[in-house]
Amino acid sequence: MKPKTTSLDRVLTTLGHREPDRVPLFLLLSMHGAQELGLPIRVYFSSARHVVEGQTRLRARYGHDCYMALFYAAIEMEAWGGEVRYFEDGPPNAGDPVVSRAGQIAGLEPPRVAACQRLGHVLEAISGLRERAAGEVPVIGVVMSPYSLPVMQLGFERYLNWQVEEPAAIERLWRMNEEFCVEWANAQLQAGASVICYFDPLASPTITPLEVYRATGWQIARRTLARIAGPTATHLASGRCLPVVDLVAQTGTAAIGVSTLEDLAQVKRACAGRVTVLGNLNGIEMRRWTPAEAERAVKDAIAKAAPGGGFILSDNHGEIPWQVSPDVLMAVAEAVRRWGAYPLLWRDGR
Amino acid sequence: MHADAGVATHEAFLEALLNTDRHAARRLFDAACQPAGLGAALDSLMMPALERIGERWESGEVALSQVYMSGIICEELMEALLPCQGGSGADSQSRVAIGVLEDQHALGKRIVLSVLRASGIPVRDYGVGLSVAEMVERSRADGIRVLLVSTLMLRSALRVKDLMMALRLEGLEVQVVVGGAPFVFDRHLAEEVGADEVGYGAVDAVEIVRRLMRGVE
Repeated sequence: MKPKTTSLDRVLTTLGHREPDRVPLFLLLSMHGAQELGLPIRVYFSSARHVVEGQTRLRARYGHDCYMALFYAAIEMEAWGGEVRYFEDGPPNAGDPVVSRAGQIAGLEPPRVAACQRLGHVLEAISGLRERAAGEVPVIGVVMSPYSLPVMQLGFERYLNWQVEEPAAIERLWRMNEEFCVEWANAQLQAGASVICYFDPLASPTITPLEVYRATGWQIARRTLARIAGPTATHLASGRCLPVVDLVAQTGTAAIGVSTLEDLAQVKRACAGRVTVLGNLNGIEMRRWTPAEAERAVKDAIAKAAPGGGFILSDNHGEIPWQVSPDVLMAVAEAVRRWGAYPLLWRDGR
Repeated sequence: MHADAGVATHEAFLEALLNTDRHAARRLFDAACQPAGLGAALDSLMMPALERIGERWESGEVALSQVYMSGIICEELMEALLPCQGGSGADSQSRVAIGVLEDQHALGKRIVLSVLRASGIPVRDYGVGLSVAEMVERSRADGIRVLLVSTLMLRSALRVKDLMMALRLEGLEVQVVVGGAPFVFDRHLAEEVGADEVGYGAVDAVEIVRRLMRGVE
């Protein structure tokens, strides 16, 4: 009897730019676990046990190919002494910036992962998910890139201004962030994460000019990813990627999260054989899709990017909004099973 | 200005903005003001540059950081040359306001504010993290006729529906203009939440506010 293909097999095959049994699906649902458990978002994220149970139920329901260990992006700010603001119907946000004067940066030290209780909760969740995964499902750990974290540390305006006005202070902050990011990523791998998603929205030319990125964020990514002791995927969080695909591929990352603002077929051609494409369902529109529209979107994405492997179907932001209904998520999952089975005979008109 | 020289000046000013070269931008704008006057320089040099940057932002050719810094530089130029009209000095009397609804993400608001001020449109800045009730109350107290609502999170964008209802219930004749990433990614969202207008880039706000304020006046 042919052994069953596990989610991990499926993902590893596509990361090798070959066609597995079907297109892997990553439903990146961080908040929906709270809906599964009937808990407010704040309560849900207060315990690793909730996240393990929420992720387990979500995967049991939709049958997608990963566990997502992200609580929320702003959790790293708690390690840096910042606060988090919770909402009933959306992701927690970072509170006020922890740095308001450039002079403060000289006195900062990168926080130690072991000293932050909230990061410990994430590690506990990863360990729990690793047990549930039993070697068959990838567990995704998440870090904010050292280049993008200052948006929360300083506030976006101050960060953009200081790159011009206070370059030495910003350089020092990036270096500190690198130390923290490497330690945080490796702690997650040690706890059982299969891959680290390196969230780097500022790498996108939607936010940063290509030449500025090449001189700054790309150098940071190359140094940082080289010190992370496991596979990584880079996510641009809805930003465009085409002008930076070559650079991102050279960082050694295995996959790139791509935007719905770009043509997926063109993105796939740019990435083919070098870096796996992760995307690009429109998470904002998804909220009001009908099941039929969900199926059409899935089929279209598969037709454009799935041939030859090197493609994981996902949303384009790396986090599906709280408002997206279970019906739509189920329609996406069913459409992948229906249209994502390799070989894609329907696409070739066979 | 000779046509070729004018084109060269336009390109140089655009490049100065995109490269965050404040000195060059100031020199070129000052030079344009000398024969033409400030108003003409604004209309013939600054606004076309901001419009081109806005178009290139929407097509993905320039980055958000460049849009932001361009707006800041133009706002600084206007503030330096005409502090009582172009900069924030006139804002306290304005019937146009901007704020971020139930959200702390301020960059989008700051960009729109800079471009409006650089265009000579005074705007009250209501800040970030406002509730629906706070936006309604401040609009009433200040006699606001055009309220620009900036959002980044989907949940905040959806809250515009509550804002529209509250404004109508209070009988306030406020035109609401929405903008931000959720409206860019879902082109039907502005209609769904009942906004009066939507802008997909900062320069859109200039045309929309001017048009709406003409209707008021």
